[in-house]
Amino acid sequence: MESLQKIAVPLGAILAFLTLWEAIVWVNGWPNYVMAAPSDLPAAYRRFWPLFLQMGWQTLWRTIAGLALAVLFGTFLGMVMGFSRIARDALYPLLVGFNAIPKATLVPVLALLFIGRHDFNTVLMAFLISFFPIAVSVGIGLSTLEPEYRDILRSLGASKITIFRKIALPKTLPEFFGALKVAVTLAFIGTNLVEIVSPHGRGLGALFKSGETNGDYPLMFAVLIALAFLGIVLYYGVVALEKTFAGWAERPAH
Amino acid sequence: MANLIDIRGVTHAYRTKAGPLPVLDNLNVAVPEGEFCAVVGPSGCGKSTLTRLVAGLMKPDRGEVWLHGELVKSPRKTVGMAFQNPVMLEWRTILQNVILPLEIVAPSMPKARKEARAMELLEMVGLAGFEGKTPSQLSGGMRQRASLCRAIVHKPDVLIMDEPFGALDNFTREDLWQTMRDLRAKEPFTCVLITHDLRESLFLGDQVIVLSGRPATTQYVMDVTLPEDRTLDILYTPEVADMLHILRDQIRIAQGRDGAVH
Repeated sequence: MESLQKIAVPLGAILAFLTLWEAIVWVNGWPNYVMAAPSDLPAAYRRFWPLFLQMGWQTLWRTIAGLALAVLFGTFLGMVMGFSRIARDALYPLLVGFNAIPKATLVPVLALLFIGRHDFNTVLMAFLISFFPIAVSVGIGLSTLEPEYRDILRSLGASKITIFRKIALPKTLPEFFGALKVAVTLAFIGTNLVEIVSPHGRGLGALFKSGETNGDYPLMFAVLIALAFLGIVLYYGVVALEKTFAGWAERPAH
Repeated sequence: MANLIDIRGVTHAYRTKAGPLPVLDNLNVAVPEGEFCAVVGPSGCGKSTLTRLVAGLMKPDRGEVWLHGELVKSPRKTVGMAFQNPVMLEWRTILQNVILPLEIVAPSMPKARKEARAMELLEMVGLAGFEGKTPSQLSGGMRQRASLCRAIVHKPDVLIMDEPFGALDNFTREDLWQTMRDLRAKEPFTCVLITHDLRESLFLGDQVIVLSGRPATTQYVMDVTLPEDRTLDILYTPEVADMLHILRDQIRIAQGRDGAVH
């Protein structure tokens, strides 16, 4: 019963959203070269289905690759900032400044630096845009560890690595997964940014771009929905990982 | 007889922005093996610094801390610690929390033996049946009991407790005093207890040390001449009332309000 509700409620919300969208287009009498309606989408998917599969896969693997890099680098940076005050003071302004730069401005820079290496550029952008929340939350998680936690093991002569492995790492996992949920959607934005902006791009972003060039609104919206779908899948993938590794942080419902 | 803990002429100051803040001034404490030493003193007089020194978590500016005839320079495996905040690893069960020190001190011990040892202690403090629960499912008093088990699971020579019962309500606190007493009868260990509660210091202590206000020095030492198997009733005898009076006066002196009437 409860699990049925868990699926039925969000599905109902999505259906309500699609109905509203359809109604707005219908009431305004917009033709599909001005604004596409949900009822236009199945035809677009049918026509371009092989492309959707191919491009969707490209977008997905680049996003996941960028995200994986962001997890590695972000966690490392967070550890450095969490354990060393000096590193924290030194890196924070740099990181905040870097994060404030609109990443679209970096696309031409990357395109010139790594000319023609489209996959690499795309993964790099997904990484650049998504490591920040991970670094910050791991850093904060580690630096706000209550001293008693450390003292329990330190008083037994445990090494720094042991303390990190047994206490700091698991204790920081809830914050880490919170940041990862933000990073997942950010990484998608990074991937698509490059796919859309760079000429001769690949992936769903390039498919969107070709829809735009041809004035094919149904195709453009079909791409957006496909992106939303991939985003949801990846997000719930993270939620499943969180349940497995940091399920303890969930308070029992009262 | 040799003392298990010997603190000789320890002086320490914290470096702050406003200059050095002296917290300990020529402090001397001697605790024979197996004895329970309760330390009382005004707030902020450096009692917690004392626990960190004995645990080897920090080094004093001057003076020496000896443990078992060895100079303490760094943390050692023969110490157990319990704090006012009974920090538990929320992602582990109570049993796995209690086992934690064994994983550091005796990594080669078979898991079954670690668990048997932890269960033995959990039964002693009345937590049998709760070993599979997570810390968030336990009350504050139960968490503190589990924290005590964790502090002594590796049979340390010295148990250091920094106001372990400070955040508990009165009845729970008195329960834990008795648990502490029973634990000591079954598992002898030398103990340093930092507390604000004079009755607690008399119920549990073999000696009570009163520290002066900051910077702390040993102001007064009381030998508690009460029987080993104390009950809560003993706290209401005239004998204990007299001792409480003496300690109260000493605290007043330590607070710098010598003879003040209030």
